[in-house]
Amino acid sequence: MATEAGAIRQASVWTVSSPKWRSALARIRSERSGAGTRGLLLLLIGVGFWSVVFGLSYRVLSYFRGVEEIGSLLAGKMLGMALLAFFSILLLSNLVTSLSTFFLAKDLDLLVSSPLDWLRFYLAKLIETTLHSSWMVGLMVVPILTAYGLVFDGGWLFPLVAVAALVPFLLLPAVIGTALTLILVNVFPAKRARDVLSLLALALVAAVVLWLRMARPEQLARPEGFQNLVEFIILLQAPSHALLPSEWAASMLMNWLQRVPDGLPPFLLWSTAAAFITAGAALHQALYAVGFTKAQEGSHQSPARRKWQGALGSLVRWLPVTRREFILKDLRLFFRDTTQWSQLILLAVLLIVYIFNIQALPLFTGEQVPYTLITMVMFLNQGLAGFVLAAIAARFVFPSVSLEGRQLWLLKSSPLDLRAMLWSKYWIGTLPLLILALIITVVTADILQASPFMTVLSVVTIAAFTLGVTAMALGFGTIYPQFESENAAQIPTSFGGMAFMMSAVLLLALITVIEAGAVADHLRSAQAGEPTGMTLSALVRLGLVVMLCGAATVIPLRMARQRMEALEV
Amino acid sequence: MIRLTQLTKRYGSFTAVQGIDLEIPAGTLYGFLGPNGAGKTTTMRMIAGILRPTSGTVEVAGVDVAQDPVRAKTSLGFIPDRPYVYDKLSGAEFLRFVAALYGQDGPEIERRIDELLELFELGRWKDELTETYSHGMRQKLIISSALVHRPAVIVVDEPMVGLDPRSAHLLKQIFRHFVDRGGTVLMSTHTLEVAEAMCDRIAIIQGGRIVASGTMADIREQTSSGNATLEELFLRLTGGVSDAVLSTVLGD
Repeated sequence: MATEAGAIRQASVWTVSSPKWRSALARIRSERSGAGTRGLLLLLIGVGFWSVVFGLSYRVLSYFRGVEEIGSLLAGKMLGMALLAFFSILLLSNLVTSLSTFFLAKDLDLLVSSPLDWLRFYLAKLIETTLHSSWMVGLMVVPILTAYGLVFDGGWLFPLVAVAALVPFLLLPAVIGTALTLILVNVFPAKRARDVLSLLALALVAAVVLWLRMARPEQLARPEGFQNLVEFIILLQAPSHALLPSEWAASMLMNWLQRVPDGLPPFLLWSTAAAFITAGAALHQALYAVGFTKAQEGSHQSPARRKWQGALGSLVRWLPVTRREFILKDLRLFFRDTTQWSQLILLAVLLIVYIFNIQALPLFTGEQVPYTLITMVMFLNQGLAGFVLAAIAARFVFPSVSLEGRQLWLLKSSPLDLRAMLWSKYWIGTLPLLILALIITVVTADILQASPFMTVLSVVTIAAFTLGVTAMALGFGTIYPQFESENAAQIPTSFGGMAFMMSAVLLLALITVIEAGAVADHLRSAQAGEPTGMTLSALVRLGLVVMLCGAATVIPLRMARQRMEALEV
Repeated sequence: MIRLTQLTKRYGSFTAVQGIDLEIPAGTLYGFLGPNGAGKTTTMRMIAGILRPTSGTVEVAGVDVAQDPVRAKTSLGFIPDRPYVYDKLSGAEFLRFVAALYGQDGPEIERRIDELLELFELGRWKDELTETYSHGMRQKLIISSALVHRPAVIVVDEPMVGLDPRSAHLLKQIFRHFVDRGGTVLMSTHTLEVAEAMCDRIAIIQGGRIVASGTMADIREQTSSGNATLEELFLRLTGGVSDAVLSTVLGD
């Protein structure tokens, strides 16, 4: 029989976490034994992506290093801003993740009913939350910091310093996110808290976006906008956000790179992390039991509907019954899940900021604007818009098959033609993205007063790219499904999500390379005073891009169908 | 009817189902019994077209599931052991969606949905999201979904789990009426009393092979067991735990 409570030997944090890391290892092992070529391809994509990030960082930092007096200040400022952006992402990610790990995960019944003490439970779950939320940021940071280390001769100890800076930097947003979630769950039931959290996270991101925009970072690149050099240098030297861990981590790293002996940043980082973990643990001890009980309550909400559903139903009435009901089902699930639809608001904010940024470009300041500059900005805009579209596809289209996870028994045991399912999911994702893509392209072309050549080129390219990138998102999402994931926002952070983003960026790079020649020819003609219409060469290049995007549409969809057909659940 | 011919399923080096031959004629309620991990669910998921057999064939209503899955599945209603449904759909919306998967819609389906929900006492919950349903309510909703398109064959994995006694009784009546009208039911269950009382025929699977099949009388004859109950037959065929092992585990 059981011994007295005080005599129970407690499992270590390592043991409590072991099902998670063992599962991760097993997953890696099964991936590795899966397909050699697939692994190699992913490795190549990964190395390619890292190389691009490293190459860009190295180039910019080398340039900064060459600038006398202010070069290292600029590098420090850039690092601070990058870490600040990462900190915001981490905070958001931890908020969402901790709700799953602490309140909704499947292992909680087992852990909560076991005689595990609260501190070990908290630490194990905190580590799980941190790893789950931070691994992508961790991967992104590696090539950037490698570039810093190489450009500024960080030496062999720099990686250790980087780890010493990053560990508390990653832990702090995890503790804050976890504590906020804990408080929210105590106020609302977990399913309601998930809604509140998503809105809160949204507000946070919108605020960060607007705040970053208001900070007008472009001023740093235009010293002529300052009254004198001293004012500019003072701005660079002043810490932008002295109370934020991102600033401490940036200072710690830059101090090492510039051989400035200053123990304050590491002290602030580590002591704050220790204090926050202690406070977080105390909060957990006080509130978790009540919060977990509340988390078991459902949110009784009836589907709010009728009017818009009726309208939508008649809009798709012409479709065959299976496709129609699939579309209606997907839309219902999307708009009844606050974590899903609320991100549309964020999308709208980003769209406004994007167009605002284009409008804020100092192009039309009274002087004659060079045609070359307008054309280049329009071409660059095409790439940026493509990247934004890929990111949106990653968030909304990539998880769509994974979200069927637990209901796959129904789809696979019914006479459903899987093409109908993929067709519905493809067009549900593609149509809004296509509208968004065309709005971005046409509005920015109008703001920039782009030539008909550039407008046509951009509109056709972005439309073709959108069709391709949505298919890729759906394809990668089907090939690398996350059927066990309980949170749609977490799904794109998986390995498959990253592989999709890298592939989308590669497609974008290919398109840019193919079209660069056409744009260069166009500029040469303009400078020579020749006609600037669509030439045969440009048409051929555009045709090539359309074909490439066509292949990016057809191949992933075909692979997705094969994968779905072969899938066993 | 259902016909399994040399049905085999391997996962790597592990063989979950090994060369099963089984024929379940129309108008039969067939019980599928076996200990945990014997291969029941794997077999049923192969019949439902969720898993692909490593070798062998499955025919549902005379159609090969591998050759013509869409036509075979049109005749089939599958009830899994775990009632996973879309949380953010109401009960009625879920049934409407399932009917659409079978290509059916319109007033007839709307009437059918209302009938089924009333039958399973879910009528007043029809417009509530299924995330608010209890386990038993979800189970009843899934049973309704397997009936909504009027299948000829029902494959059901552990149907009684989570059902209250009244619903369990109702389900037994439904299955009985269904087979009396020429339908086919293959039902796995661990409740041997239910199997003995309800099923026309029984197959017992152990280690991926059928170790006995037929009517109760057939199985008694195959095992020379006189008037043994189904529980006694089951334990004899699948092996039970000895008293010595029990004593060790319980620390007597």
